[in-house]
Amino acid sequence: MSRIKEKFSELDAKNQKALIAYVMVGFPNKNATISVVRGLIKGGADIIELGFPFSDPLADGPVIQNASTVSLEKGAKISEFFSTVKKIREETNIPLVLMTYTNILYHRGYSKFIKDAKKAGIDGFILPDMSIEESKEYIQSAKGNADTIFLVSPNTDKIRISKIVKATSGFLYLVAVYGTTGIKTGVQNYTLKAIKNVKKQTRGKIPLGVGFGVSTAEDVKKYINAGADAVIVGSAFLKIIENTPQTKLETVITRFTKKLKNSTHI
Amino acid sequence: MKYPKNGRFGEFGGKYIPETLVPAVEELEENYLKFKDDKNFKKELNYYLTQYAGRPTPLYYAKNLSDSIGGAKIYLKREDLLHGGAHKINNTLGQALLAKKMNKKRIIAETGAGQHGVATAMACAVLGMNAEVYMGYKDTIRQKLNVFRMNLLGSKVHPVQSGSKTLKDAINEAIRDWITNIETTYYLLGSAVGPHPYPVMVRDFQSVIGEEIKKQMKKINGKTPDTVIACVGGGSNAIGTFYPLIDTNAEIIGVEAAGHGLKSKKHSATLSAGSKGVLHGMMTYLLQDSEGQITETHSISAGLDYPGVGPEHSYLKDIKRVKYHSAIDSEVIDAFLLLTRTEGIIPALESAHAIAEAVKVAKKSKKSESIVVTLSGRGDKDVEEVQNYLNRHVKN
Repeated sequence: MSRIKEKFSELDAKNQKALIAYVMVGFPNKNATISVVRGLIKGGADIIELGFPFSDPLADGPVIQNASTVSLEKGAKISEFFSTVKKIREETNIPLVLMTYTNILYHRGYSKFIKDAKKAGIDGFILPDMSIEESKEYIQSAKGNADTIFLVSPNTDKIRISKIVKATSGFLYLVAVYGTTGIKTGVQNYTLKAIKNVKKQTRGKIPLGVGFGVSTAEDVKKYINAGADAVIVGSAFLKIIENTPQTKLETVITRFTKKLKNSTHI
Repeated sequence: MKYPKNGRFGEFGGKYIPETLVPAVEELEENYLKFKDDKNFKKELNYYLTQYAGRPTPLYYAKNLSDSIGGAKIYLKREDLLHGGAHKINNTLGQALLAKKMNKKRIIAETGAGQHGVATAMACAVLGMNAEVYMGYKDTIRQKLNVFRMNLLGSKVHPVQSGSKTLKDAINEAIRDWITNIETTYYLLGSAVGPHPYPVMVRDFQSVIGEEIKKQMKKINGKTPDTVIACVGGGSNAIGTFYPLIDTNAEIIGVEAAGHGLKSKKHSATLSAGSKGVLHGMMTYLLQDSEGQITETHSISAGLDYPGVGPEHSYLKDIKRVKYHSAIDSEVIDAFLLLTRTEGIIPALESAHAIAEAVKVAKKSKKSESIVVTLSGRGDKDVEEVQNYLNRHVKN
């Protein structure tokens, strides 16, 4: 069983939903990432998404765009990213998901990239520009090595959702709102409806995570109450990281994570 | 016209897009397929192309230019004479009309040199719509008159501050806008790039260039041209020129921007020096580093300053039907000056890349041979850029 799957059944037994935290590796500098991850774990995050920067992050809003630029300017390299993952893996068994863009995997070769990532300790992938139509080689390469987490949107129709569910492992990622990551729209009625519709298609076979624009404990609570199995918070963490001195990073992140995590208890 | 299966040209093309865009791209394809052969749509588009934009454009025998080189006869396909001064209007009229049929009230576009932005603003003005245009901040400085032109035409220009602040970032930002306003907005993409069906749709709207060349050349000497040349950034004027001539015996050459030289890293010659990858929704040749990060490009012409290329060009390169060469900045300036002085035609710096190649080819060919060069745009927008270049180089 994959670490992600295991985590969800463990949470089920405790009557909890999952808090998934996203951070950009190497932002605002190389040393910060380990402190941030420690803070996330202490605060009770259940799954961690590690962002690897791409020069052209077209699904991301200004906060993650900026983090990508900073990380690249500081010399982000895939090999270094994998060493960071290894270091994290030595400390914890928490599921680690890599979020980046298709070209980063394609360029190295899907199969080689996924194997290298698995060896470092990555459990799954989120590629916001990978559509199921183009995913054959990616899915084949990931089979038995890592979970392929696909995204659905509030405007995805029923038939397509069921196709996407088939291609997905780990959890299904519902893009909460029309927009890029970090967008400030608050919880929308159409999202709550989308959660219900998507759950009809997943039929409990795969957990549903909701992300994009989720930034407060209140947002988390609303999505959990609407039926989400997990919520994903990203840009809100990056904003805190940006505004906190390195020495306080771990404690500040722990505190914010705890607040969010408390909203996932049912 | 052939329609690519699954949006693929060989292994190139496809749809690598965020899920939110999928319904919009599918809706676009559905409507494009519905209208592209629709009698009334074609009639209406043809009306605007002839009465408003000025089609057909002449195929002009550039005798002075040809004589000064002393080789083959060079013919210029005068897309520079179109309304707006570039081939871009062929595509914007087609897509704006389609958007209108689809009841989309809000149009967004990206632009590099500003030519596509201006052509979008014109098409939207005449069809009673509003456009918002994303333009890299650097390009808004390089081409500030085009920014003002768009404003005059009733369009809003958003300077893009992210990334390299050029065309590729303008596309990123337009896509982000589209994701956010998916229900109301039509994305009017200006080159033969992006996710399917854009590359095929833009090709089809631009193919009027090659169709006319075929007919006009036949009238002139009863044959197809021996050589056809066009410049390639994203590659819309080139694919529009090439596609109708693919099945003939013509030698076809696309010319990329080699900037300071292919070894300098300061160029935009994607097909000459790039490798396969995924950007802006398509699989194609890209300029990227060893980690798959897209690299910054350089060209003296903002319109060619793009690290990707239309997927059909990648395919035509790999099957060896089209040759892709390149021209460095100094060759481009020479060609610009040569055409200006011999023919009294000031070409866009983009098009001057094709002229530079034509000069090379003409030197090696016989007087009985014919070369057709697509003069994709006029150079009024570039006069200041050329002046700066000449001042710099005279001083040095």
